[in-house]
Amino acid sequence: MTTTTPPVAAGTQAVDKRSTRVSRVRKRLNTRIATVCAIVIAIVWTIPTFGLFVSSFRPEDQLKTTGWWTFFRDPQFTLQNYQDVLFGQSASSGRLASYFINSLVITVPSVLFPLAFAALAAYALAWINFRGRDWLYIGIFALQIVPLQMALVPLLSFFSRGVSLGGVTLLPAWNLDGAQNFAQVWFAHTCFALPFAVFLLHNFISQLPKDLMEAARVDGATHPRIFRTIVLPLVAPALAAFGIFQFLWVWNDLLVALIFAGGGEGTAPLTVRLAELAGTRGNEWQRLTAGAFVSIVVPLIVFLSLQRYFVRGLLAGSVKG
Amino acid sequence: MASARLRQAFAITGVLGLALSATACGTGSSSNDGGSSNAGSAECAPYENYQGHEGKKVTIYSSIREIEAERLAESWKQFEDCTGIDIDHTGNAEFEAQLPVRVDGGNAPDLAFIPQPGLLQRFAEQGQIKAASAETKAMAEANYPADWLKYSTVNGTFYAAPLGSNVKSFVWYSPAMFQEKGWSVPTTWDDLIKLSDTIADSGIKPWCAGIESGDATGWPATDWIEDLMLRTQTPEVYDQWTTHQIPFNDPRVAEAVDRAGTILKNEKYVNGGFGGVRSIATTAFQDGGLPITQGKCALHRQASFYANQWPEGTKVAEDGDVFAFYFPAIDPAKGKPVLGGGEFVTAFADRPEVQAVQTYLASGEHANSRAKIGDWVSANNKLDLANVANPIDKLSVELLQDDSTVFRFDGSDLMPAAVGAGTFWKGMVEWINGGNTANVLQGIESSWK
Repeated sequence: MTTTTPPVAAGTQAVDKRSTRVSRVRKRLNTRIATVCAIVIAIVWTIPTFGLFVSSFRPEDQLKTTGWWTFFRDPQFTLQNYQDVLFGQSASSGRLASYFINSLVITVPSVLFPLAFAALAAYALAWINFRGRDWLYIGIFALQIVPLQMALVPLLSFFSRGVSLGGVTLLPAWNLDGAQNFAQVWFAHTCFALPFAVFLLHNFISQLPKDLMEAARVDGATHPRIFRTIVLPLVAPALAAFGIFQFLWVWNDLLVALIFAGGGEGTAPLTVRLAELAGTRGNEWQRLTAGAFVSIVVPLIVFLSLQRYFVRGLLAGSVKG
Repeated sequence: MASARLRQAFAITGVLGLALSATACGTGSSSNDGGSSNAGSAECAPYENYQGHEGKKVTIYSSIREIEAERLAESWKQFEDCTGIDIDHTGNAEFEAQLPVRVDGGNAPDLAFIPQPGLLQRFAEQGQIKAASAETKAMAEANYPADWLKYSTVNGTFYAAPLGSNVKSFVWYSPAMFQEKGWSVPTTWDDLIKLSDTIADSGIKPWCAGIESGDATGWPATDWIEDLMLRTQTPEVYDQWTTHQIPFNDPRVAEAVDRAGTILKNEKYVNGGFGGVRSIATTAFQDGGLPITQGKCALHRQASFYANQWPEGTKVAEDGDVFAFYFPAIDPAKGKPVLGGGEFVTAFADRPEVQAVQTYLASGEHANSRAKIGDWVSANNKLDLANVANPIDKLSVELLQDDSTVFRFDGSDLMPAAVGAGTFWKGMVEWINGGNTANVLQGIESSWK
């Protein structure tokens, strides 16, 4: 991004200062002790996941009576847990694939909608002058503080009863049924994601050099054109960073999906299914070990394929401003 | 010119996006199998009274899931075919937390299977549930003992009939081990204590217990206290205790807790297979009785549903690997106190098809239809014992249908959630960890506002 910065004296100075600071930090972190510390932390953080992974291959009675480390002394290996999770023992539990698809149907629009709306809003808040702009931005920023749980009942009421004021119906109830419930989930996730998304993208977009915008304006570009041909390509790392955040959050979400998607097979995501796997009295909890690894696959692919942007996006967001 | 078109394009994209999110996926669900009822055939004769609601849909919400949910769906399949009513059941682990949210948000299910009378009472007082129809009431009164129905009657209005039940007053043991050592199943409290001493002298700790259960850690111990409240006190005192007419730290409650302590906090008796008294608090309830199968423990007081926890291949029967006997009364003259739990079929809508399903679920037809599929206990007195295959279920049903049985609902489900599912649980953990009875009860009492 710095390559597009015109060589203004103050700007280069800032860049220089930053780069020396970064290199100093890098140098200091590049000692042997720091490396050892990093490795130790990485190992400690990975142990629980590793234990879960080992457990997922252990037979039920072993799993329930001894710790996962006994595996190394007395290795007993089975794929039964994965068999149960993926193909089920009974007629209805053998349809993990449909929950997988539900999860995708919920997640993809729930990532794209806030991305699109937030990018537009952030651009407008950063580069279009209108009255009350700063107050609006502060308002959106402040909305991040509202806990999601507080909004659940009102939002559900908004869907199922509509909005009426003094007996006058302002908005009718949605009256959705079956697969239409996906719309509620998208709506809810989009609402909950927007404040943070607008905040994050605004930080990026407002840091773009003003000269660039002015040059574009002088050349006759309109706001939509500037947005599309200049802003969007430049903030791609930020979009990717937020996209990953939102993807992981929606993919792992249980609460919002439970309330807005209904628990039926037609709309419930993978997380709802996983919560059910242990059975009514939690006596089949050995299946959760395998279930966790099945559900981890997609986020892992997304994260690994986009992590380049993730790190770049995080850094850019934190250092600027 | 170009800019205007571009702006237009943007506006259209925006509107399209919104419209898509609002009306997405108009395909709807294709699960509607109503409209093909064969009401006239002979097998539909029992459902004659429920006719006339063809093509209607009734939604049910409960905490029943996985295999048990499938069996439930199977149990009302014929009813659906005959009446044309489509029953849509959703089971969820977060049921207790989600139901109030759904109700407050105006998205209540038609029917809910509520396992806590305390929650049912709260809904009734807020006017959010519908009183049962006259037919449902008549059906429930004909099929269930009055001991049960009083839990779903709030201020004189009857709301819900029970569905499934479980019996908590059981002690699990190993018939094989008992036979080998020459022990016999105790039928009185004194015999039970004598047996415990005999077992303790033989070198193993007789009792094992585990009360760890995630967020709900402590609940198995509350069942102990409730069972002993019913045994050391009269059922009336038990009712006064669960409705807070007597304080939680009443001397009579303390007596019951101390009586439980003579087993649970006796280093000589517990904790077979796990360690000392304190290991009770850290042992998962699922694992609490497993040492019985390894011969490291002889007795485990736990509900009938513990049958699901035994390792695969364990034969649960009177002549098998494990079985349960009735947790004996202290004074047999006062009858057989039985502690248990169950769900109540509560209606949030009063459409005729909802009432029809509510009535049907209280009927003997459903109880028997469900029992035939297996693993089911109900206090429904139309339930034919011949349809109950599983020995432990059979024993439970016999106990529930026995005339000398004095049934009381699990007290922690009757108390306000802050106590029954909060301080009572935590207090029990403290008590097991060495807390003194008076202090623990005082703490619970002060939390009950």
